[in-house]
Amino acid sequence: MKKDLLGIADLTADDIYRVLETADAMREVGQRPIKKVPTLRGKTVVNLFYEPSTRTRTSFEIAEKRLSADTLNVAVSASSVLKGETLVDTALNIEAMSPDMIVLRHASSGACHLLSRICKSRIINAGDGMHEHPTQALLDAFTIREHKKDIAGLKIAIIGDLLHSRVLRSNALLLTKLGANLWVCGPPTLVPPGIECLGVHVTTSVEEAVSDADVIMMLRIQQERMQGAFFPSLREYFNVFGMTTDRVKLAKPDVIIMHPGPMNRGVEIASDVADGPYSVILEQVANGVAVRMAVLYLLAGGVEDEAAA
Amino acid sequence: MPVVLDADRMARSLARIAHEILERKSGPGNTVDIAELALVGIRTRGVPLARRIAKSIHEIAQHETPTGALDITLYRDDLSSHTLGPQPLVRKTEIPFSIDGKLILLVDDVLYTGRTIRAALDALIDFGRPKAIQLVVLVDRGHRELPIKADYVGKNIPTASTQNVQVHLMEIDGRDEVEVLP
Amino acid sequence: MKRLLKGARLVDPVNGRDGSFDVLIDGGRIARIGRDLPVDGAAVVQIPSGLVVCPGLIDMHVHLREPGQEHKETVATGTAAAVAGGFTAVACMPNTSPVNDNAGVTEYVLKKAAEANLARVYPIGAVSRDQKGEQLADIAELKSAGCVAITDDGRPVATALLMRRALEYTSMFNMPVIEHCEDQTLKGDGVAHEGFHASSLGLRGIPSEAESIMALRDISLASLTGGAVHIAHMSARQTLAAVRFGKSQGARVTCEVTPHHFVLTDEMLGAPVAYDTNTKMNPPLREASDRDAMLQGLADGSIDVIATDHAPHAADEKQVEFDQAPFGITGLETAVSLCFDRLVHRGVVPLPRLVELLSVNPARILNIPGGSLSEGAPADITILAPDLAVTVAAARMKSKSKNTPFDGWQLRGGVAATIVAGRLVYANDNLDLAIW
Repeated sequence: MKKDLLGIADLTADDIYRVLETADAMREVGQRPIKKVPTLRGKTVVNLFYEPSTRTRTSFEIAEKRLSADTLNVAVSASSVLKGETLVDTALNIEAMSPDMIVLRHASSGACHLLSRICKSRIINAGDGMHEHPTQALLDAFTIREHKKDIAGLKIAIIGDLLHSRVLRSNALLLTKLGANLWVCGPPTLVPPGIECLGVHVTTSVEEAVSDADVIMMLRIQQERMQGAFFPSLREYFNVFGMTTDRVKLAKPDVIIMHPGPMNRGVEIASDVADGPYSVILEQVANGVAVRMAVLYLLAGGVEDEAAA
Repeated sequence: MPVVLDADRMARSLARIAHEILERKSGPGNTVDIAELALVGIRTRGVPLARRIAKSIHEIAQHETPTGALDITLYRDDLSSHTLGPQPLVRKTEIPFSIDGKLILLVDDVLYTGRTIRAALDALIDFGRPKAIQLVVLVDRGHRELPIKADYVGKNIPTASTQNVQVHLMEIDGRDEVEVLP
Repeated sequence: MKRLLKGARLVDPVNGRDGSFDVLIDGGRIARIGRDLPVDGAAVVQIPSGLVVCPGLIDMHVHLREPGQEHKETVATGTAAAVAGGFTAVACMPNTSPVNDNAGVTEYVLKKAAEANLARVYPIGAVSRDQKGEQLADIAELKSAGCVAITDDGRPVATALLMRRALEYTSMFNMPVIEHCEDQTLKGDGVAHEGFHASSLGLRGIPSEAESIMALRDISLASLTGGAVHIAHMSARQTLAAVRFGKSQGARVTCEVTPHHFVLTDEMLGAPVAYDTNTKMNPPLREASDRDAMLQGLADGSIDVIATDHAPHAADEKQVEFDQAPFGITGLETAVSLCFDRLVHRGVVPLPRLVELLSVNPARILNIPGGSLSEGAPADITILAPDLAVTVAAARMKSKSKNTPFDGWQLRGGVAATIVAGRLVYANDNLDLAIW
């Protein structure tokens, strides 16, 4: 693995399996009475979040603390952006205090690439604009493998606002790398141009997407999309694309329902489906900590065989 | 001749160790009950060795000793120096019983500097409060860097630090053999 | 002071010359052109073999940034970059601060150009006051102050009605309206060409039709009014198709393409450097089929001009997130090398056609002197080195700004010297020119 985790695009299938196997070992740490190992003792990790986030930031923070790292949360408020400090200046100021890693979430695609060129610290992408959210895709893959053993050959449907979704891009790259039969679905106005070049089937029919699916992944719909005239109303969106119990019945009987969160109940997913027996949404959150511990550990170096003691 | 322990000698050493464990435990002034014994093998090769000792104990005393596997990668003291190099692979720790109040027999294949054992002690303490911890090793090759000593040793093999001690076990390598290579 | 340039290949399409000719320069003008001219007291300048003498190159789309944005470029540094790039004249855009929508700013720019005394500067005035797209600027005043065309470049002319009026009104002055073709609602907050590469990188896209729709509008209005429209920085094959159609219908439409649009594609967004803001410009880099269409248009004559759209930005302005970075790259000092390496040496256009694209046609469209080496004309001459090995070095460029994606590129072809009004204003130190 390289110095930074900027996206799934830079990982090979081997790298991905390495993360997932390490995450498996890391998960056991969370089941002990003392949920701590000294591995990253003395290392400083800065969580630099330009976009508000509860789930991802807390998950990273717990992961960092379980590895005994010193964590620093920098929540960049709107006012410091308004004061005009650029991302590069903020990062260089933080770097002057010698962090080992910076976990960055930012609204601009490519923000992590920019920091990676400028900073010596390792950069972990916690979500950059519409581009990638690699740790989300990794924890999604981890969750799928918990239930389905192997990703290769599974029919996986991802449904929602494909155009603006970094979760989609990371998952599309990861799942196709591991050999899944991936179907993506959304209104034509929200399908990214050229997405079929990633090796996915594209459809505007939810029924086609979920029929015989092993995994259904729902993406968030944002209110702002109505201002851009992407679809007429949330009500119409739910009628045409929402995941309801009837639509779930078209999938395989052991289908699992996933969602990166936070959910808009009644928009992309019906409440009874979100809370139903097929939903693994809360497991995804739990797995996030183990996966992020694995990423932090592997980025403090790479991987080799056991060294002799 | 690089082979210092062949399959036959290895089997006899392990059987002897199992007897020693049971003798010491039940000797005069000893307060340890066989029910308090537990074996924890240090990954990777300490684990099959621990299982073999458990099997021997069962043959001798008809008792099932709880056995676990401990991965000490996350507790190593040399991880921080690896920042630009690759990290060792982490495997799962599986200790499916409580270690509180137990006499833990830590099992490893080779005792060398003692740093692995130090890491194992740190890890075990995080799992609970054992009554005591003792160390079982197949080979002690000397060159301690920490004040660590083994309680049960299969064979003492003095080596030069330039030499390499390689333990091969049937369960992992397809044969039972200990070699000392230059 | 008389100078006799001897021994060069002279390429002058307007006068039908392509061969070995001598040039006698006297008093800042071309006195005589012919074969084996007598020395007659002139200082002889022996041009090394392999070099080419041609009419001074004219870049009709340059942002000099003065007044108002002098941290990016000034008239002085911009004209220094121009002559280093082989250009004896540039036409500069009005989107300065304040906008060039009045004689005051025009005269200021001309004054700065005269002080720098390097390349000639022909200001282009605004179509609308403050480029707001509401009211026409005082176009007659701009023309008499020295403007040679009008544009709202940076944006399109806001409405069809205003564009119609602008075309009608300027036809009285025989000036073209230069148009930045872009439907702003389709462009939205796009930052890169709408296609697979922008999609994978999570960048908002600008479809080609944002450009071609506006081109069609403007070409139709040119037909309606009989006015002259010049399509600036064309990037999409659909726009080129519209231009061909307009020309076939007799509309007075001309068009230009930048070197980056016939060399690069949107693949550069992701590699070699992902999210390199030196690949962000407007119109954006498009697909290979668009780039190839531009090459075809240059070869078959549908495209009239190569112009750089030289858009300098300071380093810290470009070192930000891709969607925050300003659009634009420099171009004056890389144009000639890219033209030689990618057009002439690859057999896309022969050298005389390149001279048309870089000199003859810009002069004709803007109605300015130049474009030929005629006896009596000012001695604006570019000496080209078609086989010079050039490594693009941004740090050594004369422009104040270094925002170019071509840094480090190795190209074949460059500029040996630039002469304005008989004065040597630039000489390439890599060439052993015992000249002047």
